[in-house]
Amino acid sequence: MGDRIEKVSIIVSKGSLDGIYPGLIMANGARAEGMEANLFFTFFGLDAIHKKRHEHIKISTVGNPGLHVPTLVGGLPGMSALATHFMEKKMDSLDIPSIPEFLEMIHDTGAGMYACLASVDLFGFTKDDFIEQVDDIITVGEFYDLAAGGQIIFT
Amino acid sequence: MPTKELDGVTVEVNDEGFFVKPEQWTEHMAELLAKEEGIDTLSPQHWTVLRFVRREYEEKGTGPTVRALGKTSGVSVKELYELFPKGPAKIAAKVAGIPKPRGCI
Repeated sequence: MGDRIEKVSIIVSKGSLDGIYPGLIMANGARAEGMEANLFFTFFGLDAIHKKRHEHIKISTVGNPGLHVPTLVGGLPGMSALATHFMEKKMDSLDIPSIPEFLEMIHDTGAGMYACLASVDLFGFTKDDFIEQVDDIITVGEFYDLAAGGQIIFT
Repeated sequence: MPTKELDGVTVEVNDEGFFVKPEQWTEHMAELLAKEEGIDTLSPQHWTVLRFVRREYEEKGTGPTVRALGKTSGVSVKELYELFPKGPAKIAAKVAGIPKPRGCI
C-alpha cells in the first residue's frame, strides 16, 4: 500500500445541500482513515459555515435533472423546501448528521476549516459571520501552502 | 489468507491486518496490536472503547463507525481521535480483533 493518500484538501464551492454534503463526507472519511484533512469553503460554499445560513441549506429543484421533477414544477413556491424536508428525513433515518452537527464533528476529528478571503470580501462577510469551528480566513496562496504534499479535491 | 504470530498463536488476518476470526483474539494480543499501531500503553479509556467495539461487533456483526462511537461509547469524537490518532473506528477495530467497519459517516 505504498500509494496511500496521507493528506487531502477539499474545496467546497457550492451552497446547495447536494453541493455541501459530498465534501463534508469526504473530509470526515479522510480523518476516519487517519489522513490529514482540510476543508476550504469558497463562493456559495461559504453558506455551509455561515452561522445564520447553514441551518437552512436547501436542495435545488430547478436546473437539477437528477431530481426528476420538471423545471416548471420544481419552480413552484415551496418545492425546494419540500424536497429538502424529505431528503433531511431520509438522512436522519440513516443517521447522517445535519450540516451544523456534521461540521462540529469534523472539527472535533481535527480537520482544518478555512474560508476563502476573496469570497468573504465579495459577499462582505467577516469572521463573526462564521461558526466558531472555522480556523481562519485565508488567501488562495495560503490554501496551496496548507495543501502542499497532499491531494486537492474540488467539489 | 495471510497469518501473523501473536502471543505464540497463529491468527488469520486480511491484507490490511484485520482479524478474520475475532474469536482468536485475546486481551493480551490487544496490547501487542496497539504497539504495532504506535500506541505504547492502553489506558482505561482505550479499553472502554475496545470493549465497546467488541460488544457492538458481537451484537451487530459489525464494528461501529466514528460517529456511532462518539454517540454511544461515552467517549467524545475529540477524545477518540486523541486516543486513536490514526482513525478511531479503524484502529480500535484492528486492536480489538474485529473486521474493519464499513460505513461512510
